[in-house]
Amino acid sequence: MKKYFLGIDLGSTTSKAIIVDENDKIIGRGITNTRANYTVATEIARLEAIYNARFSLLKMKLQDEIDSNPEYKKYIEDVESVFQYLQFKKRLDRLQIQFNDTIDKTFKEDDRALIHSQIKEILGDIGPTIREQFLYGNLGSKNQFFRDIVSEYFNKQVALFDKKYFETLMLVYDKSITSVENELTEYNFKELVLQSLEILNDKYKDLDNTTAEAHNIEFDTELNILKGNYQKVYDSLKDHIIFVSNMDIHIANMVGTGYGRALLPFPEQCIKSEILCHAFGAHAVFPNTKTVLDIGGQDTKAIQVDSYGLVTSFHMNDRCAAGCGRYLGYIADEFSISLNELGPLAIEAKNEVNICSTCTVFAAAEIRELLNVGQKRSDILAGLHRAIVMRAMSLLARSGGVRNEFTFTGGVARNQAVLKYVTELVRKNYGDDITINIHTDSIFMGALGGAMFARRDYMNN
Amino acid sequence: MANEVAKEKSMIIQKEMIAGLFKDLSTAKETGKKIVYTFVPGNISELILSFGMLPVYPEINALQSGMRKKSGDYIRDAEKVGHSEDVCTYVKCDVGMMINGNIGPMGEKIPEPDLLLLSYTGCFTFMKWFETLKRLYPNAEVALLHTPYQEAQKVTPEMTAYMVKQLKEEVIPKMEKVSGNKYDEEKLKYHLRNSSKVEDLIIKIFDTTKNVPSPIDAYFAGVYYIGPINNGFRGSEEAINYYQELYNEILERVKMGLGPITPEGEMEKERFRLVVEGPPNWTHFREFWKLFYDMGAVIVASSYTKVGGAYDLGFRVDPEKPLESLAEYCMNCYTNLNLEQRVELLGKCIVDYKADGFLVNSIKSCNSFSAGQLMIMQQLEKQLEIPVGFIESDLVDPRYFSYSNIKNRLESFFQMLDQRKHYMKV
Repeated sequence: MKKYFLGIDLGSTTSKAIIVDENDKIIGRGITNTRANYTVATEIARLEAIYNARFSLLKMKLQDEIDSNPEYKKYIEDVESVFQYLQFKKRLDRLQIQFNDTIDKTFKEDDRALIHSQIKEILGDIGPTIREQFLYGNLGSKNQFFRDIVSEYFNKQVALFDKKYFETLMLVYDKSITSVENELTEYNFKELVLQSLEILNDKYKDLDNTTAEAHNIEFDTELNILKGNYQKVYDSLKDHIIFVSNMDIHIANMVGTGYGRALLPFPEQCIKSEILCHAFGAHAVFPNTKTVLDIGGQDTKAIQVDSYGLVTSFHMNDRCAAGCGRYLGYIADEFSISLNELGPLAIEAKNEVNICSTCTVFAAAEIRELLNVGQKRSDILAGLHRAIVMRAMSLLARSGGVRNEFTFTGGVARNQAVLKYVTELVRKNYGDDITINIHTDSIFMGALGGAMFARRDYMNN
Repeated sequence: MANEVAKEKSMIIQKEMIAGLFKDLSTAKETGKKIVYTFVPGNISELILSFGMLPVYPEINALQSGMRKKSGDYIRDAEKVGHSEDVCTYVKCDVGMMINGNIGPMGEKIPEPDLLLLSYTGCFTFMKWFETLKRLYPNAEVALLHTPYQEAQKVTPEMTAYMVKQLKEEVIPKMEKVSGNKYDEEKLKYHLRNSSKVEDLIIKIFDTTKNVPSPIDAYFAGVYYIGPINNGFRGSEEAINYYQELYNEILERVKMGLGPITPEGEMEKERFRLVVEGPPNWTHFREFWKLFYDMGAVIVASSYTKVGGAYDLGFRVDPEKPLESLAEYCMNCYTNLNLEQRVELLGKCIVDYKADGFLVNSIKSCNSFSAGQLMIMQQLEKQLEIPVGFIESDLVDPRYFSYSNIKNRLESFFQMLDQRKHYMKV
């Protein structure tokens, strides 16, 4: 039986899981932002990674067919999106029950009927809209958390009501979302994936009767091939999908890392420092890495590694978390925008406003002052992003500087404005010859390092 | 757990010695003994003793207050009277203690100074500290002994002559005036002969960490070992007896192949050998130590045990050249060495004592130690390819000891050492 290895990174903001095979190849990724407790977070991330691994194994199994038939690839991607939608739908249904419960427990009997009907109306609208986005749009590939998706659509719907209902409806939302988000919802992979195939086939069946405008979709080559061909693709894929659904993904060993690692029910040798794991993961993806900068939720790490990916020294921010992911979250709240919108807005800046504050709380006061004097939001955000990176540069300098190659990891590495300033300042301070590595899996580096350590420990023993 | 703390016999002797000193201090008024406040780095206690005076070390009082959980309140009181958050916390703790009646760590009142002897080695704060003390004790005489920094990595004859001149023209006349006694060179020589013996013993004691396992922890236990020589007993016969007893105990441990004694008993398995730069945290000393011994980490050398005198590079007092010896002793204190010399000294420790890693405990409120620490760390990493680590805390301000931050970094550091020892690519 093939063996797989699990790495769990319990961060301060998100928990991540990675599954690697016997060759350190990533086959599964899972991530959650639940703050319930680390046991639940581990389980959610682990299950996500196993679902994801089944799709990866399916693609690996069918690699030859996929290479010669692009519609296979498209079909599998679509199955994955529908699968994600069904997972989402289960939670949305659960949220609806929680909304009702919250309304009954929070409001007076006379008021309840109206609130129930408003919530029903909101959900009646956002349910199909989100379904459409998963089935026809690219919502599945955006890696957004349940909370992010729901809140975006919920806020839009609430804005359509009279302002006097705003507080009430947001109260219902705030009191309900966390408990649903923190619940461990298990799915039967096989059941859900077969259901996905049916939904998908219905979608393809209807394609003859639809237009690009109706669903805002692009009829690209693959989709056009699939349109008249889906039944054949389905017939040849179904058995393979059932096969991977029934596969036993045997986790031979696991390693936990991150702030919550001490709380994991793992043996002592299966708990490793996030410094080592991040460095090892970054080095695995970019083998010439010598310096790693990781900006996570509550800490920033500057790590120097040797040619084997082993840490030689590291520095972390002490006493202050300004400059980390949570700082950005706080700033996003101040601007009443989502975290994902921060970077793109900052990139639009024509000028960078100088932000003096090195403290998250004071920065918020400074922002208000700057807005009062007429500074543009994008310019202020550009200044804030630069300030964050300046702090990281100071930490890098303290750790011994940037050596070639430089790899930037952590959740904050996904922010395009941060990336822009990191690139600019690293080049300015350490020369244009420095190779700067950044990867779409940057947030998973700690979990990847953990999974790789798990494999090595297993092989050594 | 406080009742179960394991103690070496020499620790009990030391406790009695220090208690005796504080008793003498508390009765100084009755006995007519004059009191000299001075600093640990460059403490020319032999000269103080030769005049029959008693020394008080404000730094030691501050660290003792830290260990007894009193420093937080003292610091708050010093801040109330205008000392800023960034001022050295030894200073604020000391000032806080004084404005609260100057009750010392042993619960007895510490007498006011008759002389403020500012032996100034490598720490600018010392000067401001004694200016503050002069304001608190306007009747005290002040003697300033300026120690030239070893900028060129050596002590020149001119530097020694400069210090001897100050001793002759400034320090000794002030001591004669305060004590009412004439300078007696024979007495000074006698105390220096004692010091010379103690210096040899101290070197031998700290050199026992060459053994594997190391029989002592040269940082957490080391700070106790340097207690007598830095706290009133330099140049005394009691110091010789104490250090001889300590050395015998340690040799016994070496013979039996034993590791260091920790507050929870003997350390059974030595997993990591470290050299540490920087003072320890005193407010959470036990917790701090535990983070190391729980991981099987033993400190085989530390710079902090050399602040009151660094003998590793060969310096010893010469009783036949008493004033020159005092001068050279001051100039050879760790904080008076330039950064290259510190790198050299620490590098020698890393090699001689077969250290697996080098760790810096950076002190928030100590500019004297913190300046250059990153450079020292990076130089050692580069020269010796040794894994290095960096943690931050404070001397006696409990607000700056973050247990979880330090634990998190130390865990990473130890795993890093472990990884380098055992990991091979699979």
